[in-house]
Amino acid sequence: MNLNLTEDQQALQDTLRKFAAKEFSFAKRKALVAEQAAGAVNATGFSPLAWKQLAEIGVLALPFEEAHGGLGGSALDTMVVMEELGRGLMIEPYLGTVIVSGGLISTHGSSSQKESLLPSIGSGELLVALAHQEPGKGFDAEVLATSLKGPGDGLVISGSKAQVLYGAQSDNVLVSVNEGNGVSLFLIDSKAPGVTWHDQKMPDGTRVARLELHQVSVSESARVGGKGDAGPVLNRAFDVANAALCAEAVGIIVTMIDITSEYLKTRKQFGVTLGTFQALKHRMVDMFVWAETARSATMLANVRVASGTAEEAHWACSAAKVQVSDAARFVGQQAIQLHGGMGVTEEMVVSHYFKRLTCIVALFGNADYHLEVISSKLLAA
Amino acid sequence: MNLDFDESEVAFRAEVRDFLEKNLPADIQQKVRGHAEIGKADTVRWQQILNQRGWGASMWPKQAGGTGWNATQRYIFDEECVFAGAPAQLPFGLVMVAPVIMAFGSPEQQRTFLPKILSGEDWWCQGYSEPGSGSDLASLRTRAERDGDHYVVNGQKTWTTLAQHADWIFCLVRTSSDARQQDGISFLLINMHSPGVTVRPIIMLDGGHEINDVFFDNVRVPVTNLVGEENKGWSYAKFLLVHERTGLALVPQGKRLLAELKDIAAEAMKTDVRLRDRVARLEIELAVHEMTLLRVVSASGSKRGPGAEAAILKIRGTEIFQNIYEAILQVTGGAYVDPAVANRYFNMRKLSIFGGSNEIQKNIIAQMVLGL
Repeated sequence: MNLNLTEDQQALQDTLRKFAAKEFSFAKRKALVAEQAAGAVNATGFSPLAWKQLAEIGVLALPFEEAHGGLGGSALDTMVVMEELGRGLMIEPYLGTVIVSGGLISTHGSSSQKESLLPSIGSGELLVALAHQEPGKGFDAEVLATSLKGPGDGLVISGSKAQVLYGAQSDNVLVSVNEGNGVSLFLIDSKAPGVTWHDQKMPDGTRVARLELHQVSVSESARVGGKGDAGPVLNRAFDVANAALCAEAVGIIVTMIDITSEYLKTRKQFGVTLGTFQALKHRMVDMFVWAETARSATMLANVRVASGTAEEAHWACSAAKVQVSDAARFVGQQAIQLHGGMGVTEEMVVSHYFKRLTCIVALFGNADYHLEVISSKLLAA
Repeated sequence: MNLDFDESEVAFRAEVRDFLEKNLPADIQQKVRGHAEIGKADTVRWQQILNQRGWGASMWPKQAGGTGWNATQRYIFDEECVFAGAPAQLPFGLVMVAPVIMAFGSPEQQRTFLPKILSGEDWWCQGYSEPGSGSDLASLRTRAERDGDHYVVNGQKTWTTLAQHADWIFCLVRTSSDARQQDGISFLLINMHSPGVTVRPIIMLDGGHEINDVFFDNVRVPVTNLVGEENKGWSYAKFLLVHERTGLALVPQGKRLLAELKDIAAEAMKTDVRLRDRVARLEIELAVHEMTLLRVVSASGSKRGPGAEAAILKIRGTEIFQNIYEAILQVTGGAYVDPAVANRYFNMRKLSIFGGSNEIQKNIIAQMVLGL
């Protein structure tokens, strides 16, 4: 048993922390987000330069096999990356492109698909999004309305997708379709005829899109995996995504605590700093205990993803999401509260962390959803 | 990073389990599993059995007669003991005074006291709290005045757990009123059989007798029973406070209790979704809390000294444990309150109060970690 970071992981953490501090200041981030507000639909939605630099550091290729230009990293390595992206409040599409889509291609793609796609993702040249969720349905829907017709006049996909992370900015999109008794995945060009994107800016400055697919022609070679067998693969991808999201949340949570603690040491009322009041000290300690709880939960999830059975990983990822969501709510709300009036201004970085934290814990199932995962297992026992 | 135990650790677990199967007396096991009171005789008997095997003090170094185990081995040992239904070892000698005697006591004190703690011959209790000095411990007023080769001790200690059985008490006493409160306190070992020591029971809300008042009326204590230097007792007490203490994390105990809850609630959970969610939440909290303990276990040995870890483990451990008891109370009661279960629930409210209340633990974290 060993729960310490390896030397390599510590070095990666160090590199990313310095990178984020140097290249990704609060001012730069605000400018990026504001540019989006000005509104070209095809704006990148993030900093292409930062994306390129992340590729150079090696993190975009981190989880892929060495044979495909990757570094063979595990969930524990990407956990380190996600925490630093959280600390740096970075809005790059790492989760959607590298963890989720890259992960699906890695585990489910053919060797030629891996060869053609993974090196390009790793080098930062190719953005791939996953379009699975449908309007009005849960993120993990097993019965899909998006259809596949053919092979009569060729394969054709039609349907609507929602909540596609950085979809409008993507080069390729993995689309799930209903095929017979199961779900299949196809990789299509994001600008193919019949594809329409409705880009939306989230409150945290990131981009999420709605996707309309109108008789989009695909070839059999665009199929990722077998016919109707993507269900379990997607479920595993959602576990991996949640383990990663939890790590990003931990990065945000610990940063919010640092910022708030600093504020309590400088802001004076009644002639003394706020940090001298026991009510506020204890609130800070409650936040700190929640942060440590969130970190333990996140480590458990990522250790299980890296080396546990699929079942252990599923339990641990849902458990982590429940605890991290609770931690996120408490720390997020209280960090704003302890900043007083300043906490609800746009000027303070703490409010931007709060928005980001609130948005990410809602992805891939909220706390109630994941509590039900754990709770329903008690019936089976 | 991994959660796997290596081959030698797996073998060690098997060895502990085998030992417990063969050596834990059935009558004691039955009492522990049935939540019956474990008296002095059973506690001492179990200590003797462990000591015969060389496992009397899992947290002591080898040269002091301990096992010399690392943190992972201790974790495995503790877990196996709880799962097997072994009674808790008395902590006051083994975990609390012994590390202080080892670190600050004279060679003579180490020779005199440590072997009898190990063998179970001496029963120790802790003399810290006083009627006027609970969380504000440094304000304590029990006086020890020098008279030749003796201190003369006058005053009162309270909340003294199992003092009714004790042969010895380690006390914080005031030896000076000149300086800052903390700088006038000494760490004194007092024989409970000395003339002038009186123990008076305090009955707890569950009707049980665990805690006591201890009165000192002109009790003569040899100067040789002073640990370390006079007026330095506070720093020894603080050493004890942050000394590697993971026992209050209550992880194996919590696991055993959660299994009991799941067992009791199995039928009701089939239809009661709210109960099922509540049990699920406790299960999640405990698994995550265990991970926090394992992080501390895994980090020990590296030079990140103990500090707020013990405080976090105590806060979360006691909260979760109390919440499991609360759930058991509600499940077993149905339309009424089961008196036996209720008394256990009432008794367990002590967890977040003793050993430094959880509010004091928060003060420690605020100061040590957050710098507030």
